[in-house]
Amino acid sequence: MMVTNKVGRSVPSFIENLGELKPYAGVFATPPTGAHYAPPIRRHLGIGMGAGKKFLASLREAILASGLKSGMTISFHHHFRNGDMLVNMVVDEIAALGIKDLTLAPSSLQNIHQALIPHIRSGVITAITTSGLRGELAEVLTRESLLKSPVVIRSHGGRARAIEAGELKIDVAFLGASSADVYGNMNGIHGPAACGSLGYAMVDAQYADFVVGITDNIVPYPALPISIPQTQVDLVVKVDKVGDPKGIMTGATRITRDPLELHIAAQAMRVIEASGYFREGFSFQAGTGGASLAVAKLLKESMAETGLRGGFCTGGSTGYICEMLQEGYFSAILDTQCFDLAAVESLRTNPRHVEMSASYYANIHAKACTAHITDIMMLAATEIDTAFNVNVLTGSDGIMMGASGGHSDTAAGTKLRLVTAPLIRGRFPIVVDSVHTVITPGECIDVLVTERGIAVNPAQKTLKEQLNDFGIETVSIEELQWRAEKLTGKPEPLAQSEELVALVEYRDGTLIDVVRRIL
Amino acid sequence: MTYMSNRLRRSMLFVPGNNPALIIDAPVFTPDSIILDLEDAVAVDQKDAARELVVSALKTLDFGVCEVCVRINGRHTPFFAADVSALVPVKPHALRLAMVESAEDVACLDELLGRCEADAGLPVGTVKIMASIETAKGVMNASTIALSSPRLVAMSFGAEDFTNSIQSERTPGGHELLYARTAVVLAARAAGIDPIDTVFTLVEDDAAFKADVRAAKQLGFAGKSCVHPRQIALAHEVFLPTPEELSKAERVLAAYTEALERGAGVVAVEGRMVDGPIVARAQRVVDIANASKSLREVRAR
Repeated sequence: MMVTNKVGRSVPSFIENLGELKPYAGVFATPPTGAHYAPPIRRHLGIGMGAGKKFLASLREAILASGLKSGMTISFHHHFRNGDMLVNMVVDEIAALGIKDLTLAPSSLQNIHQALIPHIRSGVITAITTSGLRGELAEVLTRESLLKSPVVIRSHGGRARAIEAGELKIDVAFLGASSADVYGNMNGIHGPAACGSLGYAMVDAQYADFVVGITDNIVPYPALPISIPQTQVDLVVKVDKVGDPKGIMTGATRITRDPLELHIAAQAMRVIEASGYFREGFSFQAGTGGASLAVAKLLKESMAETGLRGGFCTGGSTGYICEMLQEGYFSAILDTQCFDLAAVESLRTNPRHVEMSASYYANIHAKACTAHITDIMMLAATEIDTAFNVNVLTGSDGIMMGASGGHSDTAAGTKLRLVTAPLIRGRFPIVVDSVHTVITPGECIDVLVTERGIAVNPAQKTLKEQLNDFGIETVSIEELQWRAEKLTGKPEPLAQSEELVALVEYRDGTLIDVVRRIL
Repeated sequence: MTYMSNRLRRSMLFVPGNNPALIIDAPVFTPDSIILDLEDAVAVDQKDAARELVVSALKTLDFGVCEVCVRINGRHTPFFAADVSALVPVKPHALRLAMVESAEDVACLDELLGRCEADAGLPVGTVKIMASIETAKGVMNASTIALSSPRLVAMSFGAEDFTNSIQSERTPGGHELLYARTAVVLAARAAGIDPIDTVFTLVEDDAAFKADVRAAKQLGFAGKSCVHPRQIALAHEVFLPTPEELSKAERVLAAYTEALERGAGVVAVEGRMVDGPIVARAQRVVDIANASKSLREVRAR
């Protein structure tokens, strides 16, 4: 049965294999229930190497020792980003052992994971929950119905919440680390495949029923600093290689040179100045790529001139932000993931740059989460509609190509929620009547900054006045849509079936939208 | 010649006439003028396609407050007449004629424009002319060129071809250009049209670009030809009056207005006589400040 939720989307109330589902009812409308999940208590494995011991030399032994069986759920983190070697390696090994019908529950999936497609077709993986998926894997999963239930898309905070609440029960977590000791202390900042923060893996380590630590770099006890402690790790496995450093540094983490994006950044900077949140001790989340790092550069220039200094930076980290920390522009970085190797180096050397777990970062039901404490958040959008709902998951063709990430988490709690996007991307307008997929509800977005104008959410009357008083011209979002469509025309509706290929879970566990199969 | 007589031309952005994405985005950067280029930016075998694209852009796109010009191919090329006759019906603000060496070059364009305007049913004089001085001969004839047509609204200087024509090369100091730049400024200013300085091609070097614009402003140029969007804001910044200049100009205008109201003939501001040219200069300072994004920016500097 389908029901209409608070953002007007038709969502199912029950799905075979997933059970009862609640519709999204508002940003903080649905109260939590239940208790934290707890993994079983086990006798610890004997110290030493070999059968029955904690340190093993092969993945196969580890999979067998973990008790993994058909029908279970396995998890991974995505800190190696597109340089990840573990997901493909572990699933290959599992398939070779004849284990089938698994739920794959990584924190996110990248292009490199297209190698999983044969395992999906052969029934080794029959369900997936992830923050995002890209490339050929995403295309196949949007165009074909290959799984026994739709992919469940969760935000970073939403995944942490679901794991803590026992809604996402992980039977075996396979957690890669660039450095570990044989007792299971692990980190991501030393070793040849250093990837930085292990923030997303921390939740899995704490709540999975069985935790397998995998590394290519065994160091003498204790492996310091300890990101994941020996107390949570059942087994340690040494493999040849866990990740490719070149792939870890994917994504646009350098300041753009595109004049259009620089222009958008300059406009965004004026909005930030006018908002009143650019003040002594302000906290900031930059994200990566596009205009947002260019905004960080403008903030730095202004801070250099005025002497104003920021408080903490949060979310993921890039070399540029780390440099600002080093130079004293910010006082701390709270980091769930490093986007480049300079950020890894900063985490290794700067005591004011610390890792945080996904729950600490963005879990709506954590007793405090950083996403609710931050002042200024730079957000992206593949589409935004006239109700300010934002899509970052599906492209203009309706195919999944991005990730929910921390978008809805940070937008729910940050004081200034600023979306920057070019008004026209490719041949398509960014502002549409209704986004193909709602990831973040419009009530969490304050302002959209494009190269062809700035629109403030009508609910934010004070902000609009502040901008206008500052001399910033604002227009309605419908006017921006009109300006875009004047150049692009109105896109044709997408041809899609009624079949659901993905469910988009809001950070509180309710359903905010679905993705239908594209024909 | 009331057409846009007080129009600012601090920045004139060159946009290749064969690149639709760049043409569509050009007004976003709010240069004072956009120059859709059919000349050097377009290969010989793409001239027709680029011309069609530019015509279609002028017909359909909204360039906002920007002045829109087209740099057409030179008088002695096979594309000159076709460029002019295709463009006039879509009414660009002006055509920029490359490699002008004599008053006759401009007169020839003037005459062709007149015929095309008549054919298109437009008032004669609708489309203005900007003359580009790019050779030694052009520089020597600058003063007669500047007076060659009532359509002429600006005269620009092109350093790359010029240095070739004097068998020299450009240096960072630009001494080889000093006479020519000054000659263009004097000729244009004497004729009451805008002198526009040459392009600066090291697009990554903001400091050097600004120094170059400062030098041009000091010589008397009204604006700068730009080859990259990032140069626009920098040029505007250089042409922006300082807070002191702005506040002095405002005092001059206020005193002048008050004197007019009182019927007083002679005005003095801070002990200095204020006459016509000083009032005009003050007005220009305020106009430029107003044209920048906000007066706040000027005052905040």
